[in-house]
Amino acid sequence: MSLQQALFWIVASLTGLSALMVVLTQNIVRAAAWLLFALAGTAGIYFLLGSDFVGAAQLIVYVGGTLVLVVFGVMLTAQGPFVNLKAGAGEWAFSLLIGIALYATLAVATLATAWPASDPPPADYRSTANVAALGEAFLGIREIAPVGDIPRVYPPRNRTRVSYLLPFEIVSVHLLVVLIGAAYLARAKRRRVVSEAAA
Amino acid sequence: MPVVFSDTSEWSTMVLPAVWALLSAFFLLGFVLVSAIFFVWLERKVSGRIQDRLGPTRVGGKFGWLQTVADGVKLLCKEDSIPAAADHFLFRLAPYLALCGSFVAFVALPFGNGVVARDMGVAVFFMLAVLSSEVFGVIMAGYGSGSKWSLFGGIREAAQVVSYEVPRTICVLIPVIVAGTLNLTEIVNQQNGFFWNWYIFHDPLNFIAFWVFFICGTSSCKRAPFDLAEAESELVAGFHTEYSGFRWLLFFMAEYGSMAAVCGIAVSLFMGGWHTGILPFDPALKLGESMGTAGMILGNLVNVVVFIVKGWGGIFVMMWVRWTLPRLRIDQVMMVCLKYLLPISCFLLVMIGVWQLMIPDIVSMVWKYGSAAATVILTAVWLINVWRKPSLSPPGVTGWATRPPALPGSSAGKEQAVAGV
Repeated sequence: MSLQQALFWIVASLTGLSALMVVLTQNIVRAAAWLLFALAGTAGIYFLLGSDFVGAAQLIVYVGGTLVLVVFGVMLTAQGPFVNLKAGAGEWAFSLLIGIALYATLAVATLATAWPASDPPPADYRSTANVAALGEAFLGIREIAPVGDIPRVYPPRNRTRVSYLLPFEIVSVHLLVVLIGAAYLARAKRRRVVSEAAA
Repeated sequence: MPVVFSDTSEWSTMVLPAVWALLSAFFLLGFVLVSAIFFVWLERKVSGRIQDRLGPTRVGGKFGWLQTVADGVKLLCKEDSIPAAADHFLFRLAPYLALCGSFVAFVALPFGNGVVARDMGVAVFFMLAVLSSEVFGVIMAGYGSGSKWSLFGGIREAAQVVSYEVPRTICVLIPVIVAGTLNLTEIVNQQNGFFWNWYIFHDPLNFIAFWVFFICGTSSCKRAPFDLAEAESELVAGFHTEYSGFRWLLFFMAEYGSMAAVCGIAVSLFMGGWHTGILPFDPALKLGESMGTAGMILGNLVNVVVFIVKGWGGIFVMMWVRWTLPRLRIDQVMMVCLKYLLPISCFLLVMIGVWQLMIPDIVSMVWKYGSAAATVILTAVWLINVWRKPSLSPPGVTGWATRPPALPGSSAGKEQAVAGV
């Protein structure tokens, strides 16, 4: 067993344990803390696989996103009646059903796919996660096809380069709209109070 | 420093990488801890000098250089108390989370040419991602303490970090756009040679970006004037009100560690990293060519020392700022970020693209040499001015070096004379 495999088993089991604790913990802030570990463990697996960019993005997006969850958990439940969440039997049964169905789908899909054997990531990590290549592929300047014999859903008909710039821009504009909306909703509404007081 | 193995035996795949990882962790932890010991002492001395007193003078003979060790022994002997209202799990977890957040960032920070625990392609991105997770420790300490002061501190810290992360990240992008890579080793190597090659002198936008980044970095280390999370005049001690002993110590290790990490990023991106700026070559490469591996190691020793000295310079400025400026209010902190730093950094991000594409070479050359020369001249003038002023008051008089002009009708002079007696 190589070091990578050993580390993989350690990180994966810790991630699984944290994910389990998210479900089993009844205190909402503790659950958020366990979620933090589960997501950070996922980032660790990405780093082990040599994809530094995805790992760092996982850290900044998901682990950073958990921050907001923790803050809301703290703010809404610090003194309130929702500090402890107790699930009823019906909720347990329903979520177990959905969980097992999702797990079965993923397990069947994983085991049914013939995965191409890939080399372990080379020791020189700079060659693997080259962000410039990623960005160029993103803009459609160069095309990166997956290596190996992967069954395609539909065969590539014409070899025009695929660019993801338009979807990216649409998502950006969407996020900007959300930001402006949030700022509008959260703005200080003092002027109206002053005018009412004056009236 | 990537290690390449030719065979795939048990020894090379299991033991050597593990030894390498443990060794780098040992050195990085040693660096963080030793610099924390030094910074605690320096903070006392700097605050003393700024407040016109001497700071520690007795412990360990001259200059009180053993003061930190005495502090550490005191902290280890303190009672380790957990409040009854605390959430025990989160209370115990929080200091370790905070320390991890600031310590793991050093994995990707190059101290010299190739002297890095893991040379990542996305080193800057990784460091920012990890550094921003230090806030979890603070929030969990705030919530887990079961105290309203701690909770206020933690929530303030969350609001502050979420806001300041945005301009900080945008400011990092500006030298990255000039460099064309996220790899810190490569970014520093592009600034090889004399100091006008540093990215801070590359164009006016990088010059502004450095200061905006430094302000945001100071804020993200929750240093005064942005130390709203502790704010001892309002919140007792903020998020670490309920902590004592070793756990409290860990929070301070985390604070000094993240200061060192932020200054390390600033030095690597803007100030030429391990390059001295007064040598036209990189000592590691130059000696490596002539003397082989031994020369490479020797040159890198010089590089590491230069890098650490530059980083410590940045930390000294942070201390200087802390003991000079008063603490801002929380609304002022938010206003500085959202009304000023964020628009400035967005403007810089747009303009750096314009500068890179539109500005003719002659203009950027003039700016490069001109700004470097102006900086050197202004620094020299300032240093001479500081040198000519007395730095210490004569015995029996306080506030002599920077005495404010006496207001008519006030008895400031009399009071100071009395205080000096």
